[in-house]
Amino acid sequence: MRGGVALRVIAACAALAALPLVVRTPSYLDVLIYCGIYSVVTTGLCLLTGYAGQVSLGQAAFYGLGAYASAILTTKAGLPGGLALVLGLVVTAAAAYLIGIPILKLRGHYLAMATLAFGILMYLAFVEFRDLTGGPSGIPGIPALSLFGVRFDTDLKRYYLTTGAALLTLVVARNVIDSRIGRALRALHGSEIAAETLGVDTTRAKLQVFALSAAMASLGGSLYAHHLGLVSPPAFGFVVSVEFLVMAAVGGLASIWGAPFGAAGITILSEGIRRLMPLLLSGASGEHEVIAYGIILVLIMIFMPEGLVAGVGAAIRAGRRAGAASRG
Amino acid sequence: MVDQLLQLSLSGLATGSIYALIALGFVTIYNVTGIINFAQGEFAMLGAMVLIALGPLGLPLPLTIAAAVGLVTLVGAGMERLTIHPARRASTVTLIIITIGVDIALRGLGLLLWGTDPYPIAPFTPGPPVRVGAAVITRQGLWILGTTAALLVVLWLFFMYSYRGKVLRACAINPLSARLSGIRPDRMSLVAFSLSAGLGAIGGIVMAPVTLASYDMGLSLGLRGFVAAIMGGLTNPAGAVVGALLLAVLENIAAGVFRAAYKEAVAFLVLFLILLVRPQGIFGPGGAGRGGL
Amino acid sequence: MGARVFVMLWALILVLGVPLGAGAQEYRIGFVAAITGPASSLGVPERDLAQLVQKEWDAKGGITGPDGKRYPVKIIIHDDESKADTTVRSVKKLIGEDKVHVVIASSQSPTSLAVIPVATEAAVPLISMASSHAIVTPIKERFWIFKTPQSNIHVALHQVKYLKAKGLKKVASLYVNDAFGDDSRRGLAQVLQGTGIEVAYEDKFEQRDTDMTPQLTKAKASGAQALIIHAIGPSSVLITRQAKDLGLTLPIVHNHGIGTKFFIQQSGPAAEGVIFPIGKLLVAEQLPDADPQKKALLDFVRFYETPQRPRSTFAGHAWDALQIAGMALGKVAPGTPTKETYARIRDGIEGVKNFAGTGGIFNMSAEDHVGLDERSMVLVRIEGGDWKHFPPEKW
Repeated sequence: MRGGVALRVIAACAALAALPLVVRTPSYLDVLIYCGIYSVVTTGLCLLTGYAGQVSLGQAAFYGLGAYASAILTTKAGLPGGLALVLGLVVTAAAAYLIGIPILKLRGHYLAMATLAFGILMYLAFVEFRDLTGGPSGIPGIPALSLFGVRFDTDLKRYYLTTGAALLTLVVARNVIDSRIGRALRALHGSEIAAETLGVDTTRAKLQVFALSAAMASLGGSLYAHHLGLVSPPAFGFVVSVEFLVMAAVGGLASIWGAPFGAAGITILSEGIRRLMPLLLSGASGEHEVIAYGIILVLIMIFMPEGLVAGVGAAIRAGRRAGAASRG
Repeated sequence: MVDQLLQLSLSGLATGSIYALIALGFVTIYNVTGIINFAQGEFAMLGAMVLIALGPLGLPLPLTIAAAVGLVTLVGAGMERLTIHPARRASTVTLIIITIGVDIALRGLGLLLWGTDPYPIAPFTPGPPVRVGAAVITRQGLWILGTTAALLVVLWLFFMYSYRGKVLRACAINPLSARLSGIRPDRMSLVAFSLSAGLGAIGGIVMAPVTLASYDMGLSLGLRGFVAAIMGGLTNPAGAVVGALLLAVLENIAAGVFRAAYKEAVAFLVLFLILLVRPQGIFGPGGAGRGGL
Repeated sequence: MGARVFVMLWALILVLGVPLGAGAQEYRIGFVAAITGPASSLGVPERDLAQLVQKEWDAKGGITGPDGKRYPVKIIIHDDESKADTTVRSVKKLIGEDKVHVVIASSQSPTSLAVIPVATEAAVPLISMASSHAIVTPIKERFWIFKTPQSNIHVALHQVKYLKAKGLKKVASLYVNDAFGDDSRRGLAQVLQGTGIEVAYEDKFEQRDTDMTPQLTKAKASGAQALIIHAIGPSSVLITRQAKDLGLTLPIVHNHGIGTKFFIQQSGPAAEGVIFPIGKLLVAEQLPDADPQKKALLDFVRFYETPQRPRSTFAGHAWDALQIAGMALGKVAPGTPTKETYARIRDGIEGVKNFAGTGGIFNMSAEDHVGLDERSMVLVRIEGGDWKHFPPEKW
């Protein structure tokens, strides 16, 4: 069994590594880079929502903190990108921990509301503190990231960087799920009261996961900043927080694999619509693409309510059963 | 200073009434189905835009308004039947994502049909603004306040005294025993969505003469209505209304007393603090509140 | 099971990642605009114009190449959703897959700034339809980048000239809280330096705000003698209307964001007396016949304007960009572009002289990749529900 899993993991990694060879078009690499970036953020959100049962409508705030930290520290303080990234992680995790202390006492939609308010306040901060953040116009001219002597200045290099980061966050997430904290979380999700009686320190567990998911979002934000080369507030608003939630839910909240598949699925869906719509509907433009996206999103959730990972799996199983039945 | 506060509060009451209508839509749907309807703001947009689209028909205003509200109510019903009903057994999160998809599609449709420019609607009654002490309120502002007040009375009577209304309340208070009493939740879901759509449409229609109608007016309205609904505990309509008025007045006072830049920040900061101090909102039920998302 | 999904996703990626055929004997122009999203009021007229130009070029059989024959032109239009990420991705696709000869992008300043590195690295000429001067400066780093709208600095110069002529010493500056408003108010602040005119009150409002009375009330109380508003879209109308509702009698000076008929239509009587600097397009018929732009402007009006589609300076910027691109393209052979092709097209754009566009008379050069100066704008005053040319004689 172990060998089988390891083999599949190696095959998957090999496939991911070989992907750029098949997909040689530069704009498509760009899509895949964002799949990686969003996967990093969504993994953290999946951990929080799927396993700890805490909803966050403000994840873009942590994403933005990481992005701005990288932007400010590299352009204004001249720090190397790697250091800025790590500092961003630390600051964001600390901020999340501190914010978490009061708000994680809330439940359900009140928690969602508090994260929403926090997300909006952070967005407003990005816009208002213009001396630090460049205001509504943001910060341009962010240099390429250099890590361990490698300068990630081409899309190809950044593809490997972001895909690697996505895999790393998945590994970390899996470890958390399998660890003591993870078990505490799952106990929590089932019943907080029961967990407490079993001696689980639910408050600490929740805080730790909250901080971890924030750190993951921050990592995604830093990678984003170094890829696009500029940060500006619209990329970190409420709508973006909702998009992350959509990615997590579309992938499937029941499994951590939902995160990368949801992130990739939504990103590829948007791009696919933009490429295919003008071919399918003559004269179709931005408006039609937006409508198509909304409709497809609805259809995905109606036909695969547990998310892509579960839904496609079920479809395959049904197909196999039908095949077996017709043969039997 | 007092004069300025009076003016700001009066303008805030008018804006808050619109938020209240949107918030009531959220509360109605949440109470019956447990879903947070992200498309709520678009009902307001559709109400205003359909009214403008019907303008060329040349019908008397009350008739056009009734037609617009009716059409948007149908859209709400259609949304429920086409997108919510098929997924009714899914988790709340899934249903919420569905409403997000509908929200995106409706906004795209608005852009396609009506373009990017804002449209004006003439105020219902022409005339100069009316003086209230040292402050001033436009005639349309009076319409907004009056319509909302009248709607609140009607809704209160509906929920308290009509059979349908009592059934909706039963669904909210105890869905299981409601079902045991022979009430069909999916039928009630249809009623809830239709009612919310109508409320939203009315909100959009009365505010459009003041603020112009455009395809993206629903985003900001929806967010504020949502915040107001939460401030009222998400289950209490009266709380939602008070929350809405409070939010609008807070925003206005923040803009006036501090700088306008801080108006959103102050509103959300206050909201944040309220949640920390009193998690069930201002009027929500005591305790931990209704289950998770 | 997860593996199967993975395989399927990979297959999807392959399907969508394969480029959809590029080279034919044609010219290709990449065109990215903010068709959806907050900046759609800029992008939609630009997109509409591009579609019209495509039809016109199709009818004529295309552009004349260096050999005297006409070759078809394909304008590939993309929506960047007002987001910089999407702009970057669209431009990368246009350059890398569609192999366009020149890129026109985009409607907004931040999104245009985001694609400057992309075009520069690929050594492909890019023409922006946005107004920030930072798009074409510092010129050393903008070898491949051009733009067609006047810069916000030019707008501010006109506004300040008017203020000085009227002897106004204190103004209130209100701006919409996005990159457009921010850039505009910074331009004003820059031009006001050393003039002795003081900004007595400065504040902002959101694009979707419904109530600007707090800002207006405070502007009134500050003792300002004029109200300078930097706004575009619905907020520009609302703030003007609310200013009149509050009974403000100060002269109201806008910037070039209100150059659309909708502003007048929706502001109603509140628009009376509003003054703003704008390209000559809006008052084309009122210009003296000797004006070198007049004929081109009237041609454009005939080309673009219909009762449902009033003239738009944004469409004008797109027109200027496409015409300039077309002129440069005529000097190279069609088909798949090479490094040499791009360089020649770029030189062609930089060499544009005395082109009467809608934004002004363009005289590009190695130091100036806009090619316009303040003469490209005039002051316009809204009177009787229409635009009236407001030359200095009438001040």
